[in-house]
Amino acid sequence: MATFTLQINNREYTAEVAPDTPLLWVLRDHLGLVGTKYGCGIAVCGSCTVHLNGEATRSCVLPVSAIGSAKITTIEGLSEKGDHPLQQAWHEVDVPQCGYCQAGQLMTAAALLARNSKPSDREIEEAMTGNLCRCGTYHRIRDAVKLASGQ
Amino acid sequence: MSTIQHSRRDFLKQSALIGGGLFLGFDLFSAQKFKAVAADLAIDGNFDFNAYLAINTDGTATIFSPNPEVGQGVKTSFPMTVAEELDFDWTKVKVVQAPLDTDKYERQVAGGSRSTPHSWQRLRQAGATARRMLLDAAAQRWGVDVSECSTENGVVKHPDGRRLGYGELAADAAKLTPPKDVPLKDRKDFKIIGGFVRGVDNPAILTGKPLFGLDFYREGMLTAVIQRPPAFGQKLKSFDATAAKAMPGIVDVVSFKNKVAVVGKSTWEVMQARKAVKMEWEKEAELESSSDHDRLFTQLMAGNTAEVKRKDGDPDAAFAAAAKIVEAEFECPFLSHAPMEPMNFFADVQPGKVELVGPVQVPQSARDQVAKLLDIPVEQITLELTRIGGGFGRRLRPDFVLEAAELSSLVKAPVKVIWSREDDMTGGIYRPAVRYRFRAALDKAGNLTGYQLRGVGINAGNPTRENNFPSGAVPNVLVEAVEHKSPITTGPWRAPITNFLAGAEQSFLDEVAEAAGKDPVTMRLELFKKAKETPVGEKLDYEPERFIKVIELAAEKSGWFKKRKKGVHLGFSVYYSHLSYVAQVAEIVMTKRKPVLRKVYCSVDCGILVNQSGALNQVVGSIVDGLGHAMYGQLTFKDGVTEQNNFHTYRLIRMNEIPEVEVYFVDNGIDPTGLGEPALPPLSGAVANALYKATGKRFRKQPFTADNGAILERLL
Repeated sequence: MATFTLQINNREYTAEVAPDTPLLWVLRDHLGLVGTKYGCGIAVCGSCTVHLNGEATRSCVLPVSAIGSAKITTIEGLSEKGDHPLQQAWHEVDVPQCGYCQAGQLMTAAALLARNSKPSDREIEEAMTGNLCRCGTYHRIRDAVKLASGQ
Repeated sequence: MSTIQHSRRDFLKQSALIGGGLFLGFDLFSAQKFKAVAADLAIDGNFDFNAYLAINTDGTATIFSPNPEVGQGVKTSFPMTVAEELDFDWTKVKVVQAPLDTDKYERQVAGGSRSTPHSWQRLRQAGATARRMLLDAAAQRWGVDVSECSTENGVVKHPDGRRLGYGELAADAAKLTPPKDVPLKDRKDFKIIGGFVRGVDNPAILTGKPLFGLDFYREGMLTAVIQRPPAFGQKLKSFDATAAKAMPGIVDVVSFKNKVAVVGKSTWEVMQARKAVKMEWEKEAELESSSDHDRLFTQLMAGNTAEVKRKDGDPDAAFAAAAKIVEAEFECPFLSHAPMEPMNFFADVQPGKVELVGPVQVPQSARDQVAKLLDIPVEQITLELTRIGGGFGRRLRPDFVLEAAELSSLVKAPVKVIWSREDDMTGGIYRPAVRYRFRAALDKAGNLTGYQLRGVGINAGNPTRENNFPSGAVPNVLVEAVEHKSPITTGPWRAPITNFLAGAEQSFLDEVAEAAGKDPVTMRLELFKKAKETPVGEKLDYEPERFIKVIELAAEKSGWFKKRKKGVHLGFSVYYSHLSYVAQVAEIVMTKRKPVLRKVYCSVDCGILVNQSGALNQVVGSIVDGLGHAMYGQLTFKDGVTEQNNFHTYRLIRMNEIPEVEVYFVDNGIDPTGLGEPALPPLSGAVANALYKATGKRFRKQPFTADNGAILERLL
């Protein structure tokens, strides 16, 4: 057990956990930030995607001890009022079915738009292909990313 | 519009504070049992109140949604239906997920695409009755005849200009006796039904609010993972948890029913400690491999143990007299449901009081089975439904609810049981593996005179749908089923049985059309015409006319009968399941000598569309789902163990693999039927038929990438 101080959503959090604990479980079990989802635990489904210094990162395989002072953003901190252009677009297009994977989808899409404000269809696919949606909402995800990027 | 997910008592208290303490209460599901209810009585528990449609005095309405929300959209479409007849402003509707309540609701189930057809009239009646009471209350207050009054968007109006909001009338309306058999709106007056209405939980989903079962935490709650037998056919021989119990955060390691549960303070800790438990397993039944299943399929297909499910005419004579016989076998593997939210449930078992919280498609069955397990009356159990992160049928089996309850009673603490993804994929209850043999007899003119289907399934029950098409359209029919009982557990998987049967049958009919020298769509239309005019046999599940309409619509929209460019190939498929009719045309374009699935045209007859957005989402999602599993999905076995255990070996379809989809709905005004399943079954048939045109190869075994995989790494 060790104490870790984490910068999450512009706030400081402290957690006392084993150093190998993945960030996902620190967020969910210890800090009450349950928007980040568990889907596979091996970084292949994307449900657990957060931003680490702005980069889309799989929190299920990221040991808390590897984070240091890096800035973490979770779905809860994507926007203050839930009005990030992607969140608005996701609602406008009515993307979710079950909704479980959508936080991870949004975080991946937000990292994409942060580095490429007008992605092509191909670029959207390339960025989003790591995120599974078992309900098959991919068409609407693509539409929502385009809508949010003003296309 | 917003959603609330508290206990009913909390909700009532909160609304009473906002609204001033008066409700109109209606039983949504027994139209003749409506009651008006005062909130304070309900909160004190002195009143046996019914399911609520509440007109709050603040001008909002609260509508309980009783059915589990698994992504099929009922939490939005049900309240829409009530609000429509209530003539209410949708933006002022609050939706509340109701807990399990078998006194107040019927059929709190998410399954079989039956929620909508079951509830449609009941929901409308509830809304219409409330509207009528508000009209009566206004007429009384104004001293006018009710026939002079009308409603609009939550307001009662009189031609002289007087207006009263529903909220202002709620108190008076609550004192009236609910009328019976209130007439419903004419379909042309619908304002909410048929619109593009967005999911009521979207704001919470998109900001990461706790909604799902896995998000449920309670002070003092323990977390558990459970090791189940690693192979189907094994049982627990012994275990040693000494090392695991000494690990940080571990509270206990206990065994029940051939399982070992590691209970502790956090998920990661129990997952780590499970690896440290030494477990020995021993064989108690056959440890089956996929090669055994191959052999069994062949034996049982050739054997004489088949059970006759339907026999029309004289099939033997028809085949003996046939000018041509077409025969083909089709096969599908086991599949995991793999909803993105793994199985989980919370249970707090105390003497005389059991609390269950979580995602399950069958809350009543879960509660009843827990009562039996713990030997307590059902009245001692409450079950609160969370939003469900996908079901696809997996959560129609409440085994994980029973595990949570049993474990909580053993460790005498509130426990949330979590299945890891590996537990979910290796732990059973799969789509059964099935092999079919189809035979068709054709006369000299190419008429289909005989049809035989034998289905062999592994724990598949009856793998046929003997009263579905082509029964009714063929004079001589024999449908037979054989089941092999296996230790590998199976259960309903989205569109049970038809999820593969449909594609196989529609692919076979393509072969029959070719042998008969007929266009596949023309041949189907001829068969449905026969089924309509001179149906064969007593019992038929489908209406030929509705089949014909979706076929014609899909053929028209896809340009089936038009000339196409070289290298563009269409495949047709049509199926009836779960009360809805769906036709699909797959369009494959040869690109660099590889088949590329460019587009799927889809026509749907599900009667009246309740929610355009939800309906489209279900249809497109089902097409994506059907395509992904036909292309890639398979669980194979070696000595009772699955050879796939997570998404790196169990391939799901991804965004770069989806075709364009065009969806058309038949507008016929028939009462709506469900859409959670019906658009999935035909898809693989349309794709296989287009692939045949494009490549000259028949795709009779799923996944398609395993069968003829050399030409089909992927379809895009």
